[in-house]
Amino acid sequence: MSNNKKMYDKGKVIAGLCIFLILITFPFWYNLGKAAPAPKLTLTAKAKAAKQCVLPTQTMKADHMQLLNEWRDSVVRDAKRIYVSSDGKEYHMALTNTCLDCHGARAEFCTKCHDYASVTPYCWDCHIDPKEVK
Amino acid sequence: MESSRRSFLKIAGISALGLGAKPVLDVMASSGEAAKPETIRDPKALLAKRWGMVIDTRKLQTEEDLKPMIDICNKIHNIPHFENHLHEIKWIWSEEFENDFPMQEADFLDDRLKHMPFLTLCNHCNVPPCVRVCPTKATFKREDGIVMMDYHRCIGCRFCMAACPYGSRSFNFRDPRPFIKKLYTGYPTRTKGVVEKCDFCAERLAVGEIPACVEVSKGAIAFGDLDDLNSEVRKLLRDNYAIRRKPALGTGPSVFYIV
Repeated sequence: MSNNKKMYDKGKVIAGLCIFLILITFPFWYNLGKAAPAPKLTLTAKAKAAKQCVLPTQTMKADHMQLLNEWRDSVVRDAKRIYVSSDGKEYHMALTNTCLDCHGARAEFCTKCHDYASVTPYCWDCHIDPKEVK
Repeated sequence: MESSRRSFLKIAGISALGLGAKPVLDVMASSGEAAKPETIRDPKALLAKRWGMVIDTRKLQTEEDLKPMIDICNKIHNIPHFENHLHEIKWIWSEEFENDFPMQEADFLDDRLKHMPFLTLCNHCNVPPCVRVCPTKATFKREDGIVMMDYHRCIGCRFCMAACPYGSRSFNFRDPRPFIKKLYTGYPTRTKGVVEKCDFCAERLAVGEIPACVEVSKGAIAFGDLDDLNSEVRKLLRDNYAIRRKPALGTGPSVFYIV
């Protein structure tokens, strides 16, 4: 009875566990030190002059996708096309003609971060970046 | 330290309550600060109870007469041009009498009508069958009678194309962008796999402009509120005999043709 705690096939089991651990952590140590630097956004002169977007910068960074969805529904469904921000400024809710007008080319502003975050929104399948039009 | 299951659950419960209360208190504390952002209509927007169109075909006799209207629509809505007619995208186009008005043909239709091109577009029906069949509500009827499409929501099932008795809807079998002669940046394109059609220039009405085809028609097309007795369209309909496409189907088209 005292030998009850004996482990069978000790060598094989531990070796197997080691291999398993190495394999499952492979992506972590393989990519160690190779992290892409977070992209730095350069604001256009126009955006800098405006100082603030339609919402505080932090909110825009985190929640612009929700805002764009709300804008889309408001424009398409309710025919309400003007956004009045909390400081009373009015904006036409338009991806191409308002957002890009201030923020410049989408490759510089949108795609940089989206690539970094590995998201591929399909806004530009339909909406047009005037700078990409020949 | 001995602790019973009972006392552990008590403490856990009270802690959970405490954590849950914080967000509620935060919301209460922050209410009534800066004004909330809101969305509004452009004050210039044109409004109506039921938008309608009256086309005076007496002033539009030849393909040449229809061309400016079709061209301007194609241009400002980024309509692609496909050589293969099976891929064709149409918002506004020309059609012969027998195709536009089946069952309304007289035996000996007068020569003028028989071979005249008729301007054809979405009828913005009062009872739109396309809206009834759309499984995602991508097609919907607005309060002002415009039958609208939300391309973001269209899944390309084409039920609406089967339901529409007027052939007013087109499907993007291919990515339309390479087939647009000149991209117009004021309006988005569509993408492969969605259905599209005329939307009575909702984007122009929203900023106080009449539909583009009406604007370039030199008075041959009237646009206005069918619910308003004093509107130009109602006056035209009072003074002239006008027909609609396939009225027996009960869809209630909002596009009238003075013949």
